Amino acid sequence: MLKILKYSFTDLMRSRWSYIYFLFYLTLGFVLFFLNTDLTKAVITLMNIIIVLTPLIGTIFGVMYYYSSREFTELLLAQPVKRHTIFAGQYLGVSLSLSLSLVVGVGLPFVLYGIFASAAIWDFATLLMIGAFLTFIFVALAFNMALFFNDKIKGFGAAIILWLFMAVIYDGIFLLSLMLFNDYPLDKLALGATMFNPIDLSRILILLKLDISALLGYTGAVFKDFFGNPLGMVVSLSLLGVWVALPVMLMLRQSSKKDF
Amino acid sequence: MLSAWLNAAVITVGNGANPSLSAAVHQARAGDTVLVIPGTYKEAAIIIDKPLTLLGQNHPVIDGMNKGHILDIRADSVTVKGFHLRNVQQSYTKDFAAIHLFKCSHFVIEDNVLRNSFFGILIERSKRGYVRNNDILGEAVTEQSSGNGIHGWHSSFLFIENNHVERMRDGIYFEFVKNSVIKGNKSRHNVRYGLHFMFSNDDRYEANTFEKNGAGVAVMFSNRISMIKNRFRLNWGSASYGLLLKEIYDATIKDNLFYKNTIGVNADGANRIEFSGNRFDNNGWAIRFLGACYGNKIIGNNFVYNALDISYTGSINGNVFDRNFWSKYSGYDLDKNGIGDVPYRPVKLFSYIVHKTPETIILLRSLFVDIINFSEKVSPILTPDNLKDNQPLMKPVTENAES
Repeated sequence: MLKILKYSFTDLMRSRWSYIYFLFYLTLGFVLFFLNTDLTKAVITLMNIIIVLTPLIGTIFGVMYYYSSREFTELLLAQPVKRHTIFAGQYLGVSLSLSLSLVVGVGLPFVLYGIFASAAIWDFATLLMIGAFLTFIFVALAFNMALFFNDKIKGFGAAIILWLFMAVIYDGIFLLSLMLFNDYPLDKLALGATMFNPIDLSRILILLKLDISALLGYTGAVFKDFFGNPLGMVVSLSLLGVWVALPVMLMLRQSSKKDF
Repeated sequence: MLSAWLNAAVITVGNGANPSLSAAVHQARAGDTVLVIPGTYKEAAIIIDKPLTLLGQNHPVIDGMNKGHILDIRADSVTVKGFHLRNVQQSYTKDFAAIHLFKCSHFVIEDNVLRNSFFGILIERSKRGYVRNNDILGEAVTEQSSGNGIHGWHSSFLFIENNHVERMRDGIYFEFVKNSVIKGNKSRHNVRYGLHFMFSNDDRYEANTFEKNGAGVAVMFSNRISMIKNRFRLNWGSASYGLLLKEIYDATIKDNLFYKNTIGVNADGANRIEFSGNRFDNNGWAIRFLGACYGNKIIGNNFVYNALDISYTGSINGNVFDRNFWSKYSGYDLDKNGIGDVPYRPVKLFSYIVHKTPETIILLRSLFVDIINFSEKVSPILTPDNLKDNQPLMKPVTENAES
């Protein structure tokens, strides 16, 4: 598996797209600091971007990589290598290279502008960690979609729709149901609903770290109670872990059953 | 009167001659001066029932030993200056204070230091007095077991100036107080409000700083209050605000700074209020209008970097937004007259939804919310159609507020 991981990783690292992705985050970071020098504010702006963009990039990259390396995968399948090994290796290769682009690309400007000396260091670290988590989750979901559909266009479409659902439609339904059940106590429902969407979960985790969390009022107090204590933090991080593990397991199952 | 003044004597307390302040007060005649030499005096319930001047030299300590009031003033023309008063009895039934004034006029309470006083300065049924340059520091933890820093009740023509109040229940509290001025005070870290008005009319507060209080300033059931050049800062918490307006009429809110409050101004039943020259900077909500707000004028203010500018529900009710500067304004000014050519809508759809269902705030900063805000901005359906600033400024209003 390590060999395949290494191969996928170096293959992607040499590809133009990784560089573009890396350069994008690098310029983003520098532009942010060019516009304002307040580290905390930069973290907030970055949050908005990371929450939306990392899942999208993860999805697109995952699908693209799967379809473009399909012939090579088929070649590998003919060798005496386990299927698990092949797909796990490829998956890790893609996720790791994307996460690396993110962490180094965003990290570099922040380090240059003195994040280590700032109080925002932990918020920033959480942000990067969550970005990496989101990458791992959405690459796995994308691989699932690609494995499920042999047709490239269908696979691409399904993956994008999945992203759209998680990033936008889910929140729409969430908002509507909150408004519909206005007369009932809703904080437990709100808490539960955020758990089932990794993007919402990540957003809340970061929001609660920033002082904007006071805006959340009573609902925020319920959330803070939960996420603020070590247990809540462990629960939410392990939930993100589950969000990685489930699609990966599903992907491996699919790959071992699929008739190539 | 003149002869009384000519005959006025100075009685010195301490230094062997006169060991007790209360004895000296008892012995003094109207118009005398009682001079207290540095030292610690364990005395409480000192009743002052004639016009006297009490002077402390280098802040002598009067320790109330947790027994009732320390100075209980019941006469006109009393001056208390330069004392350090401490340890007033805490009570759940009686309002004991370091300095208690009852039916007094023409008093001056000046340069005193109050520590561990249950109530600081308690003014009842009095008029025409100065309270200035006092330093009041309490150890309040809960509302029930603490008292107010400066408390006025059924009084008029009070001048509360340059005091520093910290860690009390309310920093300054006015109930049925008329025609009074509160100026240049600092009120911080109080458990409840920095300044609190109840049923008080025709008062003015100016150039005060309210910082990190349980909830800034509350003006309730009061008419014709002027609020000028104050700083409302850092009242940040899940149920906190800079200024709370509840059932008030005809007020002026001018040249104030609201910086980093969860809610800058929370208006509930606020009518005919003029907001002008204020700066709302980095608040969660700049102004939140709840029900029954009629005929307010919000003209010439700066709204910069607030998470949500205005929260509003219901119809326009004669409230006017005009010629304000909004940092979120994205219009243009083709004729270069400094006024944007496109109206600004300060109420975002999301802030409207949050108003109706508070729990939806959990979706703050999600992509979906940005999308619906944008579509509502392009064609408003849910937010009040005429709630807009028709002449938004391109550049901030010049401010008179000190930052």
